[in-house]
Amino acid sequence: MSAGRERILGGIRKGLGRGKLEGEALAAVEARLSAPARNLIPRRTALPTAELVDLFEKMATDVAATLRRVAGPDDVPDAVAEFLAGLNLPSEIKAAPDPRLDDIPWSKRPTLAVSHGAAADSDLTAVTAATAAIAETGTLMLASSAAAPTRLNFLPDNHIVVLRAGQVTGTYEDGWDLVRAAGALPRTVNFVTGPSRTGDIEQKIQLGAHGPRRLHIILVEDGGETGSS
Amino acid sequence: MQPTSHAFVENAHRALNDAQLHAALGHMKAGFQDKRAATIARMPEFEDLRDQGRAIKNHTLAHLDAYLERFEAKVTETGGRVHWAPTPAEARDAILKICQAAGARTVTKGKSMIAEEIALNEHLAANGIEPIETDLGEYIIQLRGELPSHIIAPAIHLVKEQVAESFYAHHTELDPKRPLDDARALTDEARAMLRQRFLAADVGITGANFLIAETGSTVIVTNEGNGDLTQNLPRIHIVIASIEKVVPTLEDSATILRLLARSATGQEYSAYTTFSTGPKRPGDLDGPDEFHVVILDNGRSALLGTPAQETLRCIRCGACMNHCPIYASVGGHAYGWVIPGPIGAAINPGLIGLEEAGHLPNASTFCGRCESVCPMRIPLPSIMRHWRERQHERKLSPGTVRAGLGLWAWAARRPRLYRFGTRLAAALLGRLGRRRGRLKRLPLAGGWTDWRDLPAPEGRTFQQHWAARRSGAGR
Repeated sequence: MSAGRERILGGIRKGLGRGKLEGEALAAVEARLSAPARNLIPRRTALPTAELVDLFEKMATDVAATLRRVAGPDDVPDAVAEFLAGLNLPSEIKAAPDPRLDDIPWSKRPTLAVSHGAAADSDLTAVTAATAAIAETGTLMLASSAAAPTRLNFLPDNHIVVLRAGQVTGTYEDGWDLVRAAGALPRTVNFVTGPSRTGDIEQKIQLGAHGPRRLHIILVEDGGETGSS
Repeated sequence: MQPTSHAFVENAHRALNDAQLHAALGHMKAGFQDKRAATIARMPEFEDLRDQGRAIKNHTLAHLDAYLERFEAKVTETGGRVHWAPTPAEARDAILKICQAAGARTVTKGKSMIAEEIALNEHLAANGIEPIETDLGEYIIQLRGELPSHIIAPAIHLVKEQVAESFYAHHTELDPKRPLDDARALTDEARAMLRQRFLAADVGITGANFLIAETGSTVIVTNEGNGDLTQNLPRIHIVIASIEKVVPTLEDSATILRLLARSATGQEYSAYTTFSTGPKRPGDLDGPDEFHVVILDNGRSALLGTPAQETLRCIRCGACMNHCPIYASVGGHAYGWVIPGPIGAAINPGLIGLEEAGHLPNASTFCGRCESVCPMRIPLPSIMRHWRERQHERKLSPGTVRAGLGLWAWAARRPRLYRFGTRLAAALLGRLGRRRGRLKRLPLAGGWTDWRDLPAPEGRTFQQHWAARRSGAGR
């Protein structure tokens, strides 16, 4: 390959005082890569499922996300409309064209204008599904796909995530297991913990630096298998 | 960038007299130290995680060639391309070529210390391509024509009035009478100004906190979301990263990510941690058409097998500088290169040479706070001592220092003479400073007494105290 490549790899081998990796050492590297093992998992998430959901709620709201629990998918249109009305925002959303949102009866709120697709600059509010939620730090895991364009997670001022209680899991490692089980790694996997923020001016935290000013999680208590993605 | 580390002494003098700088740096304790302490108190496994983080990086460095090769293979397999750059010039050229092939006019950038290291902005601008920094702190210093003074808070040396001044001067299309008197107004204005730049950019360039060998993914950690808009909106995403950023698996990155935000800002987790693998997939509605990773060496491979190898575990959290009394007094610019603070003092001599950076490992009291907070347990004072020794061997330290050390070593090898000499000195200095308890001036020690008083000895030497304590006679 390129001369630069050989110079860098050669420099590394010279520094390490050996030639190209081979034999047992190479086998150890291959083994580590082909069967990724978990390292230490903090005890914080060793909890029954219901308490894991509570921990997720606490951690997410601690970092300025808002969360509302609803009983089922039928309640989501009202929850979205009320969130927007409470902030005096236009009753308009851009939703991901995502089958995981198909059970939401948007027509229940005829005044809510729903369009689907990737986010444009003019979109004020995005609605997306999630791949999983990580209770350890109140983090949403959002994997991209044709049905889940990434721009929705960053461009609009308001990001509403429809999360199923069964998707709440303990750790990042749990999330990776789900993604690996679903096949090839998606182009983008976002771990989102609260809305956008910055402390770059005199270390005073301001929300809404470049990404969403608000992150609102609608937790659907009934429905959705564990970690569906 | 062109280092000015050789002028550390002058830089530091200027910084010590800068009241505005001290006002700005005064926010660090509450902003960084207290938050870190509180978050770590909530994570009982933190010390064990540090051990594991160190082990992961040590293993990776010992097999660095193999992991980089695997990383490249996976990037290629997922439709991206890796460019190997032994030197800054090769990295700049690789990036410029990609931009030119795309006919790029503007490039948005996420915060990247490697981009600073290779002076990428100057190179792009010289070739007619406008680089636009999008991290708020980086944007501010780009407007001011300054360099970052901190690796995670580039504008930490500024107060809000200075930021407002720059916005009034540069955002001339806005009402000159608009109020910009708090961080909220300033943040909103930057958000609005940068939004159009994000949408118009042809290429987005980000750094990387990790490269994942298992999957060929690059990882960025941000709070603002600027790095994500930078990589998602333009047609081309270029990642610039140095060789030591690679880790084996997603699980390994998960462990180190548990250390990163807690050590850096005292957050449990940063707002956005993003794993990017290749360009957009068939059917994807957004994402870049091209994905390039430029891997920079720039002297790092030469540190392998030396005591300074341990600096390659650094995850650039900034905890060492956030807790350093020297950094808190002189700020980041005094260090004269991209990486300031204790980690800069430990790594810069290896990257830009001991001739240029020789002052830095001497700008330490060896108080050890940096090592005590380093999530990767890098023995920073030992590595600074290693550089001081190399400096002595290569006769790069001042002649007076070498002569003084030689004299001391000669005496220290003669215990009776040494005891006599120290006893005499302690008695003499004790008498001289008897009235005030301190000495304002001393021959041959002007470097100390010009700036502060020397506490006067109280009569006995350390060895006398020690002997008395061992025999139980003293206290």
